[in-house]
Amino acid sequence: MNNLQIPAWGIWAMLAGFAAFIGLLVAYFKRNHGLKRPIFASPYTLWIILFTVVPCILIAYYAFTDVNGQFTLDNFKNFWDSNYDARKTMGPELEMYLEMGFTAEDLGLGRGTVNVDTLIYSLWMAFLCTIICLVLGYPTAHIMADREFKLGSTLVILFVIPMWMNFLLRTIAWMSILEDTGLINQVLGWFGLGPVKLMYNSGAVLLGMVYNYLPFMVFPIYNVLNKMDYKLSEAAMDLGCNKWRTFYKVTLPLSLPGVVSGITMVFMPAVTTFFIPRLLGGGSTEMFGDLIERTFLTANNWNVGSALSLLMMVLILLSLGLLRKVDPDGEGGSMI
Amino acid sequence: MKKLSLVLALILCCSMLVVSNAAAEEVVNVYNWYDYMDESVFDMFTAETGIKVNKMYFTTNEDMMVQVRVSPGAYDLVFPSDYCVERMIAEGLISELNFDNIPNSKYTSQWLMNPGYDPDNKYSVPFMWGTVGILYNTKMVDEPVDSWGILWNEKYANNIFMMDSLRDTMGLTLKYQGYSMNTRNLVELKAATDKLVQQKKLVKAYGVDEIKDKMAAGEAALAVMWSGDALYAMELNEDLAYAVPKEGSNIWVDPMVIPATAKNKENAEKLIDFLCRPEIAKMNCEYIWYSSPNSAAIELMGEDYTANSTINPAQDVIERCEWFHDIPDTFLTVYNTLWGQVKNAK
Repeated sequence: MNNLQIPAWGIWAMLAGFAAFIGLLVAYFKRNHGLKRPIFASPYTLWIILFTVVPCILIAYYAFTDVNGQFTLDNFKNFWDSNYDARKTMGPELEMYLEMGFTAEDLGLGRGTVNVDTLIYSLWMAFLCTIICLVLGYPTAHIMADREFKLGSTLVILFVIPMWMNFLLRTIAWMSILEDTGLINQVLGWFGLGPVKLMYNSGAVLLGMVYNYLPFMVFPIYNVLNKMDYKLSEAAMDLGCNKWRTFYKVTLPLSLPGVVSGITMVFMPAVTTFFIPRLLGGGSTEMFGDLIERTFLTANNWNVGSALSLLMMVLILLSLGLLRKVDPDGEGGSMI
Repeated sequence: MKKLSLVLALILCCSMLVVSNAAAEEVVNVYNWYDYMDESVFDMFTAETGIKVNKMYFTTNEDMMVQVRVSPGAYDLVFPSDYCVERMIAEGLISELNFDNIPNSKYTSQWLMNPGYDPDNKYSVPFMWGTVGILYNTKMVDEPVDSWGILWNEKYANNIFMMDSLRDTMGLTLKYQGYSMNTRNLVELKAATDKLVQQKKLVKAYGVDEIKDKMAAGEAALAVMWSGDALYAMELNEDLAYAVPKEGSNIWVDPMVIPATAKNKENAEKLIDFLCRPEIAKMNCEYIWYSSPNSAAIELMGEDYTANSTINPAQDVIERCEWFHDIPDTFLTVYNTLWGQVKNAK
């Protein structure tokens, strides 16, 4: 915020305004003896409107307009044909080349599949990440929620503490573990084993994603399992179910809302992942988030970038709708 | 007692407010790259002239341009890259300098006068410059590094870092094939794209700032790098060496300019003059180790500077290099599309 110059009186005014706001809240609270008043939601509502609703409207505006602010659908065509915009902006110049006998393909500007490919790759990576998180996360959540297991709460803390650190830092830490001169390869070196190529491939990207998103799978499942009435499993056992049958017949169906919530909460950020491919994948294959960032920042093309973002948002909304169908009451503790 | 101290504190705060408002002091608002100069020179400037320096920072040229456009009057002295100066002149964002207030600009090296981005030398004074070249590990590379072609040598498969930067990477490939880095010829651009796609299986990773530390750690044999970053890595690892290929490369300058909307133009000119003073230019150069455009400062630094071929390339190396020119957004779309094909090639 170096560029923001607030005059001294502005700071005083802001402090005064804040104090008045707190005073009002306290007065209101004292009079009504309760927190269940819509006024208490107003700061949050204001926040959401300013920083979520307004930006969304802006994105939609940019997605449906061209550089001159005229309505157009061309930005979306760029998704199916990643070279569409380049061909369009080159217009007459491209004609010249075509007259000289070149085809658009010769110039690398035929139909481009980069954007579609990137989306498919992102969906595939997110799918793999979700599956791995589920396979790793469900047993972990089950152990954490187990009443017999005394270290459950310690495990919860162990999961939470790393999240206090910025995800970028944690991902960079993985770099110094995986690289050729990194921790693992150094240890291998002591035993005379040559450096193994661990970094700069899709596997490393997947590892980074699983590492970052695993807590989002564990906690919703843990929430549901922790609240589950253990007497139900006891009853099933009393009635002759063995451990596996109890799990299959009682625990699993009851934990489904948590599983669904976990899947959504892992899948959504996984699909929009960016920067991890650049750090751990060496920038050799982009994910959809990287593509959007490059379109905005490198190409300086906010219109096409917004259209791509909007497509991504529609995808996320669809999966949210799916979640509502399976878990209508939000029992899984979905935070979204 | 508590109440009294509270009242006292309040009075103190208010009086400070009044004082700071009353003394309409002389200021200059500087907008610069982060960690791009020895900031103690600002204190020296304030001590000498009484002009207070307000420091603000940007991380990319693009951010800086947006800020200069949307907040008129906020900045008095800005340090954009060369091709941005070209765009800022075209957009009328910066004003002509009054060189009567900047006598020390006479120390600017002759060959940096009337550069491509400011052909009449009216708007800018160079602050630092440098080249793009290949940083290589002499323990892993046994042949001479004198051509970009070594980046296509299968011997170094998985041992090459490339820049994750569209203009630089496309630029060096164009140069390798004998084209201009500023070409707008679609056939040449396609040839460069194909060349980069072909190289991709040899590339270990595309990166920017993190590469210099990885090279210092011995992660790879070859990396494309800016001269200043290369010097940083060479200081950490003595096996590293730097070369500017014979086909030529990019040469860049970060000049100082004054926005057209600046409120303290004269103060900014005083600061430019101060930064051009040989001793001050020397301090900054020794702090960041990019190449200095100041001939008198170079004289002051003597052997340390002139004997170092990374920071002080020979004149024929400089002559083979090319400036980047600004590419308009419409054509940038073509560049970006082709770069996307490289980045996502299998």
